[in-house]
Amino acid sequence: MIENVEELIKAHEKLEREVYLDIENSSPVPEEVVEAMLPYFTTRGYGNPALTHKPGWEAYEAIMKAAQKIAKYAGAKTPEEIAFTPGETEANNLALIGAALASKAKKKKIVVSEIEPVTILHVAKMLEEKFGCKTVKIPVDAEGFINLENLEEAVDKETLIVSIAAVNPEIGTIQPIKEAAEIVKTRNPNTVFHTDFSDAYGKMKLDFSRTDIDLATISSYKILGPRGVGALYVKQGTKIEKIIEGQIATQKFWPGIENTPLIVGFAKASELMFTDLDKNIGHMRRLRDKLMNGLLSRVSDTLLNGPSGDKRAPDNVNISFLRCEGEALTIELSLKGVYVSSGSACTRRLLQPSHVLTAIGRRFEAAHGSILMKVTRLHTEEDIAYVLKVFPEAVQRIRKIVGSTVVS
Amino acid sequence: MSRVPLPYNQKVLELFRNPKNLGRMEDATVSAVAGNPMCGDMITFYLKIDDEEVIRKASFESYGCAANIATSSILTEMIKNKTLKQAWNVSWKKIVEEIGGLPSIKFHCGILAVGALRRAIRKYYEEKGYTPKWLPKELTFEEKQALEEEELAERLAKRMDGQQ
Repeated sequence: MIENVEELIKAHEKLEREVYLDIENSSPVPEEVVEAMLPYFTTRGYGNPALTHKPGWEAYEAIMKAAQKIAKYAGAKTPEEIAFTPGETEANNLALIGAALASKAKKKKIVVSEIEPVTILHVAKMLEEKFGCKTVKIPVDAEGFINLENLEEAVDKETLIVSIAAVNPEIGTIQPIKEAAEIVKTRNPNTVFHTDFSDAYGKMKLDFSRTDIDLATISSYKILGPRGVGALYVKQGTKIEKIIEGQIATQKFWPGIENTPLIVGFAKASELMFTDLDKNIGHMRRLRDKLMNGLLSRVSDTLLNGPSGDKRAPDNVNISFLRCEGEALTIELSLKGVYVSSGSACTRRLLQPSHVLTAIGRRFEAAHGSILMKVTRLHTEEDIAYVLKVFPEAVQRIRKIVGSTVVS
Repeated sequence: MSRVPLPYNQKVLELFRNPKNLGRMEDATVSAVAGNPMCGDMITFYLKIDDEEVIRKASFESYGCAANIATSSILTEMIKNKTLKQAWNVSWKKIVEEIGGLPSIKFHCGILAVGALRRAIRKYYEEKGYTPKWLPKELTFEEKQALEEEELAERLAKRMDGQQ
């Protein structure tokens, strides 16, 4: 198997350019961020931040400064409201399970939308099966928007927690998250409002302290920080408990020794994104539209998944290429140096394609041919021009193999 | 459950990049389709069969992943100049072997390819109006798999239509 992988990698030699657009699933870390992290591996702050010696205090200082920065960018009242976790999956688990553990109520209801990320849906399912919670899924429209009236109806006195992603990671739908939180709190002030903010952090402006949001998952790698670190914003007074046991740490919701270099990298990536946030968002939006409109006009038989314009995340492009299977297309594009992912059942290794695409009414065929791409503040006009040059040829070649087998 | 990467081997990659015997055959004696676009997995085979029941030409079209394309392509190579009986007896395991191995999650591609080919062979005899002794009356495992996939797709389609 390892030989196969070596050969696959070798097949990519002599590429004219490489453009990585699969930010949804992982990301490169810019030199600047790595440089900020390096000393914390080697020369300073390598101690345990909870202990009484210089390397420990250096670590504590670095973690506190990182929390201060992120608190400022997220609009938290205090750095204590930023709880570092090993990633978004862990932060989402902490939010839902942590709230369930902290609640003494007999009947616990969870409200989510049907397009929440699988980390949320799988945790909700686990809480149903093991803790007897009840999950209510509210539907979305053809662009992925929730209906606030449906949300209001779904929340009652038994509702423990509501979790709605501010931006859907697959189709970029920007939900009316502030209004959603308000409605939930008006219906039941005791309900915890959580949002997976992974695709919104650094992509829009929102001060958590000025909203009714209690818990928010923040991502590092989606703003070009390192993987292996994330955070949960926990508004002061929100009732959640830690979900794993171990040595007590400076991070009260996540036992174990803090990963100082990754936390420093997360803060550095945040700083690079939020210094000139408007400019960065403008840049991403410009490239997003170039990529999106360029593909829709150059390739026939396509469908844009999710909304367009200001209602869509500035970085997200998701297009279905009909009569074109997604896994085949991702490989073809990879051989041309363009790295993307697909909602096809094949690339997901599951029998069914993306639940988000089927929830917005896409037929399975359209979901199988969907390609997800995200632009970053570091992509250039030349990158997008290259993608627009090679993409239509790639689709054309895959469609040639399909021939008359599928008629759209 | 874990998510396995798909380290396709060189032969699969080569057949994906330069598939052999690709395309519709206008003068085909018989053609057959298996699979469904809803499953992201569909193959058409075209066979040119002579009077001696020997496959003189075989070609394919495929809507599917790289493994689907590669297994279909290699099967058209394997059955060239073979009698229909010999072609019938090509197993999906033989295809996987011939292609130098596939990730286990992709075995169904080989199974669907055999299902499509056997469907074409049955169709040929149906059109001729006779059944050779070696041709099983019951559907074989591979044909049943193709049928199951198609039925699943139909159920899913109905469910989707019901929701809209």
